[in-house]
Amino acid sequence: MSTQDLAPALAREEAGDPFVLGGETFRSRLLLGTGGVPSLEALEAAVRASGTQLVTVALRRVEASATGSMMTVLDRAGVRLLPNTAGCRTAREAVRTARLAREAFGTDWVKLEVIGDERTLLPDAVELLDAAEQLVAEGFTVLAYTTDDPVLGRRLADAGCAAVMPLGSPIGSGLGIRNPHNVALLREAVDVPVVLDAGIGTASDAALAMELGCDAVLLASAVTRARDPERMALAMRQAVEGGRLARLAGRIPRRWHAEASTSSEGLPAL
Amino acid sequence: MQLTVNGDAAELADDATVADLVAQRAPGHDRVAVARNGDVVPRSSWARTPLAPGDAVEVLAPTAGG
Repeated sequence: MSTQDLAPALAREEAGDPFVLGGETFRSRLLLGTGGVPSLEALEAAVRASGTQLVTVALRRVEASATGSMMTVLDRAGVRLLPNTAGCRTAREAVRTARLAREAFGTDWVKLEVIGDERTLLPDAVELLDAAEQLVAEGFTVLAYTTDDPVLGRRLADAGCAAVMPLGSPIGSGLGIRNPHNVALLREAVDVPVVLDAGIGTASDAALAMELGCDAVLLASAVTRARDPERMALAMRQAVEGGRLARLAGRIPRRWHAEASTSSEGLPAL
Repeated sequence: MQLTVNGDAAELADDATVADLVAQRAPGHDRVAVARNGDVVPRSSWARTPLAPGDAVEVLAPTAGG
């Protein structure tokens, strides 16, 4: 499928609306996770169709790791890597994992994830904030995966996180954004970029995140586990762009009753 | 010497270094990280970091993740 047919107007919007994260400027506001990819071919096609410039990866024991060819695919796509601390349950584990990721991937950027519950994979707020403070002190650019709590979001921003990344709903659930009001409040509460991370199920969820004021969307399963990952990647790209444009354009107020768009002046008597 | 590598008991030569272990466990990987007893061993130090009996070593490599 061609990804070169996006309207020129969108390209102009992108040029005038850069996404600045951790001091770097991105054209794309879609961050893609690699977890759940069915094949390297599907990964490569999805990365290209998504237009993403920032892709998450993980570290595991070498026996359980991907072969080198996943990295070859990502290197060839020219994307920046964002290591995560997935699977960590304490600040101590997360800080150690981030240090290892910095060594392996040669980046001090980290998607900080500290999980507090096995069934829901919800973040552990206490350990998360502790880890964020330690990693910021060590010079990491910390993108913190968090709940949609605006107060915790503010604490993470105050701790020096480069971005606050609230969940829409639990990781991999595809339940979309369960509390849009909180996401909007969180967006108002912090001055750093807000990236909606986790829970996206389909394109309209990604568009809603952007309409709520999020600066970007991070998703994995919605693309990698879709029947057609490449096509869903393009759908997400266009949804993120559409949602961003709608946010910038300013939506009309909601009204209880109708507001005619056709003038009643000059209405004939028939 | 006896030590633990990635959670399993392992037997290595008495003079083995981190570099030797990486060469054995992670051939073909160019983005590897090693933790020895929880602490990162920088790649630049692998060749001059000897392992000791009883060490717990993690040899990690990239994988897909969200």
